[in-house]
Amino acid sequence: MTFLTQVLNGLQLGSIYALVALGYTMVYGIILLLNFAHGDIIMVGAYISWIVMAQLGMSPVLAIILSVVGCTVLGVLIDKVAYAPLRNAPRLSVLITAIGVSYFLENGAQLVFGADAKVVPTYFNLPNPQVGGATFNGVAILTVVVTAVSTIILTLLVQKTKFGKAMRAVSEDMGAARLMGINVNNTISFTFAVGSALAGIGAVLYSMAYTQATPTMGIMLGTKAFVAAVLGGIGSIPGAVIGGLLVGFAEVFVSAMGFSVWRDAVVFLLLIIVLIVKPTGILGRTMNEKV
Amino acid sequence: MDQELNGGQERPYVTAKASKHGGGRKTLSTKKRYIINALLFVAMLAIGQGLIDGDFISRYQTTVIEQIGIYIIMAVSLNVATGYLGQLPLGHAGFMSVGGYSCAIFIIRMMPVFDLNMRSFVTGEPMAVVLFVVGVLFGGLMAGLSGLIIGIPALRLKGDYLAIITLGFAEIIRVVMLNIDGVVGFELTGGAKGLTGIPSYTNFLNTFIVVGIVLFLIHTMMKSRHGRAILAIRDNEIAAEATGVNTTYYKTLAFVVSAFFAGVGGALYAGCIGVMAPAKFGFMKSIEILVMVVLGGMGSMLGSVLSATVLTILPEALRAFADYRMVVYAVVLILVMIFRPQGLLGTYDFSMGDFLEKLINGELFRGKSKQKSEEVEANA
Amino acid sequence: MANAMSRRNFVKLSGIAAAGLGGASILTACGGGSSSSDDSSIKVGLMGPYSGDVAQYGLAVRNGAQLYVKQLNDKGGINNKKIDLDTQDEKGDATEAKNVYDKMVEDGVVAIIGDVTSTPSIAVAQASVNDNMPLVSASATAADFIKYGKNAFRACITDPYQGKLMADFAAKQGYKTYGAIFNSGGDYEVGVKDAFVKEAKSKGLSSVADPQGYSAGDTDFKAQLTTIISGNPDCIFCPNYYQDDGKIVTQARQLGYKGVFLGADGWSNIVGGDQDYASAADLEGCYYDCSFTVNNDDEKVQQFIKDYKAEYNADPSNFCALGYDAAMVVMTAIEQVEKDGKYKPSDDDYKQAIIDAISSGSVDGVTGTIKYDGTGDPVKPTLVITFKDGKESVFDTIEAS
Repeated sequence: MTFLTQVLNGLQLGSIYALVALGYTMVYGIILLLNFAHGDIIMVGAYISWIVMAQLGMSPVLAIILSVVGCTVLGVLIDKVAYAPLRNAPRLSVLITAIGVSYFLENGAQLVFGADAKVVPTYFNLPNPQVGGATFNGVAILTVVVTAVSTIILTLLVQKTKFGKAMRAVSEDMGAARLMGINVNNTISFTFAVGSALAGIGAVLYSMAYTQATPTMGIMLGTKAFVAAVLGGIGSIPGAVIGGLLVGFAEVFVSAMGFSVWRDAVVFLLLIIVLIVKPTGILGRTMNEKV
Repeated sequence: MDQELNGGQERPYVTAKASKHGGGRKTLSTKKRYIINALLFVAMLAIGQGLIDGDFISRYQTTVIEQIGIYIIMAVSLNVATGYLGQLPLGHAGFMSVGGYSCAIFIIRMMPVFDLNMRSFVTGEPMAVVLFVVGVLFGGLMAGLSGLIIGIPALRLKGDYLAIITLGFAEIIRVVMLNIDGVVGFELTGGAKGLTGIPSYTNFLNTFIVVGIVLFLIHTMMKSRHGRAILAIRDNEIAAEATGVNTTYYKTLAFVVSAFFAGVGGALYAGCIGVMAPAKFGFMKSIEILVMVVLGGMGSMLGSVLSATVLTILPEALRAFADYRMVVYAVVLILVMIFRPQGLLGTYDFSMGDFLEKLINGELFRGKSKQKSEEVEANA
Repeated sequence: MANAMSRRNFVKLSGIAAAGLGGASILTACGGGSSSSDDSSIKVGLMGPYSGDVAQYGLAVRNGAQLYVKQLNDKGGINNKKIDLDTQDEKGDATEAKNVYDKMVEDGVVAIIGDVTSTPSIAVAQASVNDNMPLVSASATAADFIKYGKNAFRACITDPYQGKLMADFAAKQGYKTYGAIFNSGGDYEVGVKDAFVKEAKSKGLSSVADPQGYSAGDTDFKAQLTTIISGNPDCIFCPNYYQDDGKIVTQARQLGYKGVFLGADGWSNIVGGDQDYASAADLEGCYYDCSFTVNNDDEKVQQFIKDYKAEYNADPSNFCALGYDAAMVVMTAIEQVEKDGKYKPSDDDYKQAIIDAISSGSVDGVTGTIKYDGTGDPVKPTLVITFKDGKESVFDTIEAS
């Protein structure tokens, strides 16, 4: 029974990482940028939920909608303000800008909300089903389901729709896509919107499971999801899911085996080993650098 | 500072000069330049120490000045990997902590062997000085070693991957520092409560002697064949490889050198603060150092020195501004990247030798701006 | 584009700016030096983190200490001299703390109330030995804080003391088995946990699993909790700060754990502040040790709460009360020294006299009677607090042994 509970623990943690990793992977796939600020977008989403429910006393449904919309708008805004002017700049500059944005969101939140954790009220009371004596966490089950559905919708979006086609074209070759009449800027904005909406969903699921918003909550979550995305092969949607689950399970089982203090080290070690064996991650494509 | 421009840009600079001025221009030999710089540096140290001894600079100000020295070392050492090699390691604080812990543990463990106490380092007993030198070198070597261990796998990867893998390694270092005591079975790092009781072996004089040595060594390395190879890799790795530069070797070299000096900076830091705790050497510290390098100009030693100085004094001078400091850092980082991606100074460096040459040739106040701007274009 | 400003001009400008800033900071510091203690006032330092990620503790301590000093000054100060508090932010950072300390020494303070969190406190304690500066911390619970010299004192009980106390309490409650979950990156959590495990062993309690660590910043504790709960312990020892504790208790209940949680003074604030970090039902019947709670009928405590509310319009926390008491320890000692009248505040011996007065004196603080028996650790009573319907109440008062 303990084993089953641990599997569910791993699935829940892995699902949240996967959801966040999808956001990283979408953005990287299209403009080759590791969006360091992605984890912090989730932090903002959690604070939006807190403001709507705890401060304004409005309904949980509204909180969920506003969190997702807020994250989406923020994501697009970050792209327009900070990344768009650097489309043709060296990769290093864009990466440093992304770190700057992340740093700005964290410290801005600390300035506005203070360092103390804010308790996000319960959205809904979910039952914790009991199967054969073991209690299964309702939020965990919901998280796994939502992540699975989001992944399927995202895959359909990228593979079957016109926007998806444009996204794939821009990611292949931005210049050629522009020549073919694709509005590259809109496509990039759309990608940021989708990735950040996923972050918004992640924010809601996160607040449901862990009930607190802190200015620094995005750092660890973002870093782990980031590791998950790289591990799975950044730029690949199934890769992000595999990476997320891998990191989630690794963390849970390292803890279960009694090495919980080494948990973070193991996750990073896993990343390093995978990158050395396969430098583009598990499902990543190898790209030859052009001279 | 009183150091010269890195070597990669020295040659075209001189030829451009020679062609414009013919043979009539007086020049300074390299040897003379070094002697002048060394004398100026010693004079600066003497004045600084004199001001401290004469109580013109208080203890608080001395501590801040020591910290400026330490952050100069940190920024200049990161600049080797970021500015000269063109990579973005995000684990510089990890090397700093390795150096700090190694040096502090070494000195603490050696104190009873040589019958020294906490005061010995303040009074400057000869054995304490020897221990300090060996300890700082040991700290640097341990950091360099971890740089090597990290560099070999990490440098197989490029750009973003290298950034994330170094971030991961710094996290591993932090977790190891936190939990190593349980593995070795005795108190080594002190775990979460930190390493305490570190004698205050850092002072103004030894900090700035080390700063001088670090600047000199990095400067001469970058002027040498090795330095040019490293710059070639930055400018175009594939082309560098095609012209016969052993890219793996030079990337690792730059990385290890960067880690070594970060370890030296960490060793001084431990002695300055007197307590080391793993939590202080996380991602945030690495970013703080990165901001110094980026702001000053990636590839500019003067830029790193200036921005390390300003960014260390600023929060001290403006304590009331503390709440906004981090937000302002972030905004500055973004704005610099958008409007001046090469950093405020770009790759410009100040050279005392060139300055003196201009002075003796009477060129300093003649309209040289046109020539200067041409040079800048050539260097960029 | 932005190349409009040439590098050369920039170098000039930044040089001027750097020189100007350096000069300015030197001038400010020199200016500060002249306003040290004189005949009409006595200067006392108060340091702590007022910004950054541990600011809540620093601000709470500051509020408490400032309240005491205000009350004292309203009553005419000490010996007709006002107490002038030199309040400085160290942002929870050891480097900054050391700088602040050096600055305070220059400003001529006669004693310092601080620091707040452990690592900066130790950095300050080490530095203060050479100056023989009286140092009274409200909340530096790390054992090492007082080991460097006779000049450092604290108003709070220590990590090891709390761990031992809670293990004894667990044995007294008749618990036979326990599990433990702690932040492996926190000196406080590790210190309390180690002492608990040691004492629990000697009292015959058995552990159902190795103590489970987690990293600072973690939010998912289910893997560790599942391991602990599978051993079905009588109690889970959870000596962390309230934000983590709230999540741990909630997640353990979701996993079906029905037993008791034991905590240490990091739990204060888990309920009763602006927000509750765990639900009333989840906390029912849990215990933690602390020096202070607002739900204490003691007259002195109620008076303090009333005064605090009048000043800040909020309930005081454990840290506020400890800040108040730390200030009381320092001020009572200064009062003693002034009464003896042997030294002036500018004398070096004045500091030694304060240290002697703290060592030999005793104050009747809001967190209990505090006296020091030759060490920097206080001899004071500790409360065991329990939860009923989401409200805290005093379950037991354990006198100092």
